Amino acid sequence: MDLRIKKHPLLDFTEKRQRKVKFYFDGKEFEGYESEPIAVALYANNVKKLSTSAILGRPRGLFCAIGKCASCRVVVNGIPNVRACQEPVREGIRIMSSQGLEKLEVVEEFPPKMKTPETIETEILVIGSGPAGAMAALKAADLGAKVLLVDYTSKIGGQLVKQTHKFFGWSKYFAGTRGTKIAKILEEEIKKRENIEVWLESPVVGYYEEGVFAVLKNKKKIVFVKPKRTIIAPGAVERFAVFENNDLPGIMGAGGAQTLMNVWGVKPGNKVLVVGSGNVGLIVSYQMAQAGIKVVAIVEALPSIGGYFVHAAKVRRLGIPILTKHTIIKAEGEDSVKKAIIAEINEKWEVIPGTEKEFDVDAVIVAVGMYPDTALTQMIGAKHVFVKELGGFVPLRTKYLETSVKGVYIAGDVSCIEEASTALMEGIIAGISAAFSLGYEDEDAKRELREVFKDLDEFRAGPRYIRIKDALKKVIINSEGV
Amino acid sequence: MKWKETGNITFDDIKAQIPDEKYLEKKPVPIIECVEEIPCTPCYEICPTKAITMKNLNDIPKLDPEKCTGCLLCAQVCPGLAIFPTHFHKEGFARVYIPYEFLPLPEVGEEVIVLNREGKEVGEGRVFFVLPREKSRGDTPLVGVEVPREIAFETRHIKVMRNEDCL
Repeated sequence: MDLRIKKHPLLDFTEKRQRKVKFYFDGKEFEGYESEPIAVALYANNVKKLSTSAILGRPRGLFCAIGKCASCRVVVNGIPNVRACQEPVREGIRIMSSQGLEKLEVVEEFPPKMKTPETIETEILVIGSGPAGAMAALKAADLGAKVLLVDYTSKIGGQLVKQTHKFFGWSKYFAGTRGTKIAKILEEEIKKRENIEVWLESPVVGYYEEGVFAVLKNKKKIVFVKPKRTIIAPGAVERFAVFENNDLPGIMGAGGAQTLMNVWGVKPGNKVLVVGSGNVGLIVSYQMAQAGIKVVAIVEALPSIGGYFVHAAKVRRLGIPILTKHTIIKAEGEDSVKKAIIAEINEKWEVIPGTEKEFDVDAVIVAVGMYPDTALTQMIGAKHVFVKELGGFVPLRTKYLETSVKGVYIAGDVSCIEEASTALMEGIIAGISAAFSLGYEDEDAKRELREVFKDLDEFRAGPRYIRIKDALKKVIINSEGV
Repeated sequence: MKWKETGNITFDDIKAQIPDEKYLEKKPVPIIECVEEIPCTPCYEICPTKAITMKNLNDIPKLDPEKCTGCLLCAQVCPGLAIFPTHFHKEGFARVYIPYEFLPLPEVGEEVIVLNREGKEVGEGRVFFVLPREKSRGDTPLVGVEVPREIAFETRHIKVMRNEDCL
């Protein structure tokens, strides 16, 4: 039986299931839908093992599903190291599972003839079109700046595209609206503005000291972009949990599971264990129940539930147990997970012998947090510090979110792991500030900026975010100190 | 606060905020099961009579049952699906409104199994009201279920008995 969701209370996948295509994986024929990623089409067909690790020969599958890890590498039409979660299936393509470290066959002459890429200029380059980047682009554009918005994915909205729950906060920052809808609103607003140019499927792959970014435009050709200001909003990367056999296919990040089921309509499994009871773990559990998946339990190593009470209550009333002071100690299975073993732990986080419990599951969803995606901010040489409360290494920044590299701003999860609501607010700050620094002035925008600072302050004043508010003091630098 | 470990409150946790029966008998009064300070205001913002008050974004919403008209808007918009309007409409019975984002959506007149905050079956009820997603102000369907009065404050979810191969 395939893993496709037939009917969903909130989502409709018919638009994504318009045309069937045939493709081959390790010589066997499969069917998928045009434009869905290879990993999704295979997962729908119950094919979870995508590669074998180079040294130990261990099976590997999908983990993050958004192109941020290297777990799903395959060989497509002879080209190795292709991320199966990012590459769409096409009629007749031949995919081979990766067997370690395949080499790219170079058919051209070596060294290849180099062509100097075209260089284009823009006033503001925004990298990442999630809530922070999209908002920054909108605000900067509204002040009159010329904006180039680039994103490596094919859609505007970042991870909002898979958030089917309604957001918290104030209505003016989309509270009460589902993330999926917020993504659509941001996309429509961006399309309305002539001074925002959007390049999708265009990852930033390099940076040169003279302030030039190399962008792989539409994944086809390198273009050098020389912006006057840059706003970096790449989001976050999912963390892994440490337990025996945690690399088995079928074990994936909560975000990966959301992409699979909420973007593409494919169930991560039929019987699932969730690790971690933060908001993400609770939300993904609820969403899996909506997709008709049986969640056997949520395990939480801490003595209390990490996420909002209301999210916990939503899964509890479905009868899903949340086991605090419990952890997963082992997964079992040959080519994909078949069993998960959990146990109770004591105050020293040691397993209490005799408390082990076994669950027959075909997926384990890991929701143990995220860390800021600082690949780019590190590359450009911005100063970073490690602040645990903010999620790990984060760039130093001014109150206006300018990093230690003049003219480069940050917004969203790269600045600290928080909420989509705060990412939107930070996007407003970065967008307006970057435009101001280019000389675009506006009384309304000044007022808006003051209001956002006030709102962020109030948002973070509650018991949930006060830790972040305090920790942020460690990373705020004044403009003179840069 | 045991709910931090269990994920569910008990009747005792909300006993104090249950409005007087004279209000419950008149109209569906929201029972707001929002016990933690989180940054969230849609119920407060949508209330047409300002019956729900909050001191700041993170405050726990409070209801003035006198001002409440029983319009059900707060239950539709609540992002936490934590508001359960309850109406003691006739002797021995209660009507409880539940935000319900699952399939199949029951139909008016249908008998359903009633679940409590832990997902345990506590009885049966009859659906008397369905507000589909398209008509809900908060994009969440609201299902009204008539239950015996003694399980009114335990009625927090339903299970549709129809065996429909839908998922």
